[in-house]
Amino acid sequence: MADDAIIRAANIEKYYAQPSENRIQVIAPTSLSIVPGEIVALLGPSGSGKSTLLRMLAGLSEPSGGEVFWHGKPIRTQPINVSIVFQSFALFPWLTVFENIEAPLKARGMGPAERRERSFKILNTVGLDGFQSAYPKELSGGMRQRVGFARALVVEPEVLFMDEPFSALDVLTAENLRSELLELWEKKTIPTEAVFLVTHNIEEAVLLADRIIVLGRNPGHVRTDFKVQLAHPRDRKAGPFTQLVDYIYKVLTRPDVTPEVPRFEAGRQIRDQRQMRYEMLPHARPGGIAGLLEMLIDMSDANGRADIYRLADELAFEIDDLLPIVDAAQLLCFLRVEEGDVAITPEGRVFAESGILLQKQLFRKAAVEHVLLLRQITRALDSKSDHTVPEEFFLDMLDEQFSDEETQRQLDTAINWGRYAELFDFDGARRRFTLPEDEEVEEIREADAE
Amino acid sequence: MTEPSAPRRVFSRALLIEHTWPFVLDLGVGAVLLAAFYGVLLIGRYWASGAVAEVPISLSPAKLPAYAFYSCVRIFIAYLLSLVFAVGYGYLAAYNKRVEALLIATLDILQSIPVLSLLPGIMIALISLFPTRQLGIELGAIIVIFTSEVWNMAFSFYASLKSIPRELREACRINRFSPLQRAVQLDLPFAAIGLIWNSMISVANGWFVLMICEMFPLGSRHFRLPGLGSYLQTAANDGNSRATAYGLLSIVAIIVATDQLLWRPLIAWSDKFKFENVESADRSRSPILDLLRRSSFLARVGEHTLQPVSERVYASLARDERKRAGAMPDPDSGRRSYLTTAVLGTFLLLLAGAAIWKASLLLRGLPTAEYRQLLIGAGATFLRVIAALCLAALWTIPAGVAIGFSPGLSRIVQPVAQVAASFPSTALFPLILIALLRVGTGLGIDSVLLMVLTTQWYIFFNVIAGAMAIPSDLKEVSALFGFTRFQRWRTLILPGIFPYLITGLITASGGAWNASIVTEYMTLHGRDLRTVGLGADITQASNAGDFATLLMATIIMAIIVVTINRLLWRPLNRLAETKYRLD
Repeated sequence: MADDAIIRAANIEKYYAQPSENRIQVIAPTSLSIVPGEIVALLGPSGSGKSTLLRMLAGLSEPSGGEVFWHGKPIRTQPINVSIVFQSFALFPWLTVFENIEAPLKARGMGPAERRERSFKILNTVGLDGFQSAYPKELSGGMRQRVGFARALVVEPEVLFMDEPFSALDVLTAENLRSELLELWEKKTIPTEAVFLVTHNIEEAVLLADRIIVLGRNPGHVRTDFKVQLAHPRDRKAGPFTQLVDYIYKVLTRPDVTPEVPRFEAGRQIRDQRQMRYEMLPHARPGGIAGLLEMLIDMSDANGRADIYRLADELAFEIDDLLPIVDAAQLLCFLRVEEGDVAITPEGRVFAESGILLQKQLFRKAAVEHVLLLRQITRALDSKSDHTVPEEFFLDMLDEQFSDEETQRQLDTAINWGRYAELFDFDGARRRFTLPEDEEVEEIREADAE
Repeated sequence: MTEPSAPRRVFSRALLIEHTWPFVLDLGVGAVLLAAFYGVLLIGRYWASGAVAEVPISLSPAKLPAYAFYSCVRIFIAYLLSLVFAVGYGYLAAYNKRVEALLIATLDILQSIPVLSLLPGIMIALISLFPTRQLGIELGAIIVIFTSEVWNMAFSFYASLKSIPRELREACRINRFSPLQRAVQLDLPFAAIGLIWNSMISVANGWFVLMICEMFPLGSRHFRLPGLGSYLQTAANDGNSRATAYGLLSIVAIIVATDQLLWRPLIAWSDKFKFENVESADRSRSPILDLLRRSSFLARVGEHTLQPVSERVYASLARDERKRAGAMPDPDSGRRSYLTTAVLGTFLLLLAGAAIWKASLLLRGLPTAEYRQLLIGAGATFLRVIAALCLAALWTIPAGVAIGFSPGLSRIVQPVAQVAASFPSTALFPLILIALLRVGTGLGIDSVLLMVLTTQWYIFFNVIAGAMAIPSDLKEVSALFGFTRFQRWRTLILPGIFPYLITGLITASGGAWNASIVTEYMTLHGRDLRTVGLGADITQASNAGDFATLLMATIIMAIIVVTINRLLWRPLNRLAETKYRLD
């Protein structure tokens, strides 16, 4: 193993000897490295030894077995440059903000002038200017944790350890501090080379970390250790984000099995459709769906089933061309796909056998019920006083989940379906969605009837 | 500070006042320092003088300041020794897992040994150490006072160190604080408040013992040191009521001055060491502290002496730390320290074994009848202590609750009660005894009353504090539901003050056992008065120089006190901390 790791733990474990022969194993032998340029998040249920592992890596607690190395040499034999941000802040209440921050520099034997300069610089960095002579008890929780950060950062640590630093804060304060920390890290305002974060908040881990390690318990062991290749800033609502959160959630809730890590290729992301917020709309036209269903009634057996491949063959369709239509019909619950067979549903049969006006009505009902995007568009239009919404609004929503090209195609399909169902209209010149006016609806109906 | 500022030529009245005060203050501080210097000279000359066992005491009020000074110096030196010992012992116990249990058990037993039975042994040892100097007798008295002050301070410091939150310790370790920096920035501040409150109790105990140990017989010899205690005893024996009044007044003056000039400022100062996350509304204040803080002289002294020194110390400590961390750890160091401990432990065990062997030889000569007498005495003293605690609780609980429930009253009474608790009841004993002898109840009952006098204040101010701590919404609930008086006491007041009451009773119980030595055997106008009791046995044995009986009686008393602590107070205290916690 090439030792570019700042901290490397080789088979470290922790147990407490009992008077009887058996011992309480807290952490099973574990190996991991902290390398430059990474924010590592350590997740795990309570009792999985997250904090213990952090303390062993930071050199605060000696492993019962195995060894921790600092730049390749045993950690106990040399002065190491790390800091910890604590959950409880761990500030000295009898020292002022300035004295608290200055204390670690004093321990390093730095002269008063230099101490002062460095402390004031870091005060500035974390946004504490003007608070230097306050006592911690005069500050709010968020400001106190800023002092905690300043005290940890003032020594310019190579590795910054954080033990649930945001969990004692309210949601908004925590979010604020997280993004400020990320900004300092991203912009390299602080010379810290690596961050090791212990947390029980899955979203926090996915939001901040370049690498996530999930611990299991009894005894503590690494369940999974993977890289997060999402670009900063990360969007909590984006598909890959929620997918990763779901994945970690699954790992944590099911100690017996470890699911596959969702794969993200560099640049383009492959997504699991079922876990996305918007189902991908298959690019099929409503008329095509109706036609397929009519064909299916003719061709199916007594149970209303037909083989997809035979269907494609009969229709002289490539399977790739047929599948979007089948998917669309399935999405609207007009048919079911079962092991390569398709079976028409009662709704599908009614839809296929109805006249056009009724068909549109049934389509509208099915679309609003099963397609989130269509529902959102109609709702947005309904809620606006002028009943018009620009295309960009929905493009932005879809953008979080689909590539640019796919976003446009999704919206095009949605416009197609919506128009057919008379849910809304789309002004192609102004690129705006509008609600159909009553006369227009009449015209469309007449046109359709012909 | 060093920034150049434009010369100011504003001679306004405001400026004059602004500058006058600190200057007057500086003069005051300077005068105090000068007086201290003179005092040190005086004490030095006196200590180095030839040994005089019985210093003649003059009852002239003109001699009182000197006597008061000598007494204060004894208390002060004993307190300083206690402080150093307490901090050292607390550190050793809290940071050395190997010896922790042993040290704390030792502390528990030492705390239970009645101080006054140590008096003869300590005196004889020190006089033989310094046979030709007054220093020997003085040191004896100081060490006896020390033993009365030190244990609770040591325990308080140890308990504080153990309760420091883990993350604060880790913050020190991860930042590689030197032991000095950790002590200054974490350990001492964290322990400060507990140490100050226990210091108040310790100094009060010190005065209690001082009154006795300045003048006592030992076998055929009589010892008398110049001081307030001997002044008061002499005055009472002579029946000189005017001198007695002067003496008592001086003690009151000293106690009040200590409270105002030392404890109040210390408590106000220690306010910043409160380990809390919110700023409390009521902060202790002290005008003296404000004055000291304003003294530019003190500030300048600090700036020019303490700061540069501490900078240099920190720099050199950091250098050592780097050297230490850079060097490979010595693989033998663990084994060597283990060896040292083993050798030291064996040595101590041998010493203890020898002492026990000697003691058992001494005790073997004790007749069986003597044992019987001691056990009967123990029973009598036990009953007396219980009676004293009950009597004290009987008046202090209702009075304390009434005062505690009235915010205005409690603000005045509680500090007064604290000062009263600091007053050594031993100073009053001769006076009260004379009065009681006139009534003719006999020392058996009188000594119970004297015990009440000694111990009641601890219960009293704790009950007041407890009643003040009962949340007003609970009081409102009991008013709203129309609780009867009985119901109010049973469901609200007694459970509410319980933890405080227990704290008060534990202190009072220890004090009562100790007081039995003084109250069950008294010498008045050259006449010995005694009643049946373990305390009386101890005093008598001590006066007669009968070391076998003294040792046995002391052992019995220590065993009883330890047993009561284990079987009664510890479970009650746990109950107070779990079931009756109000937070």
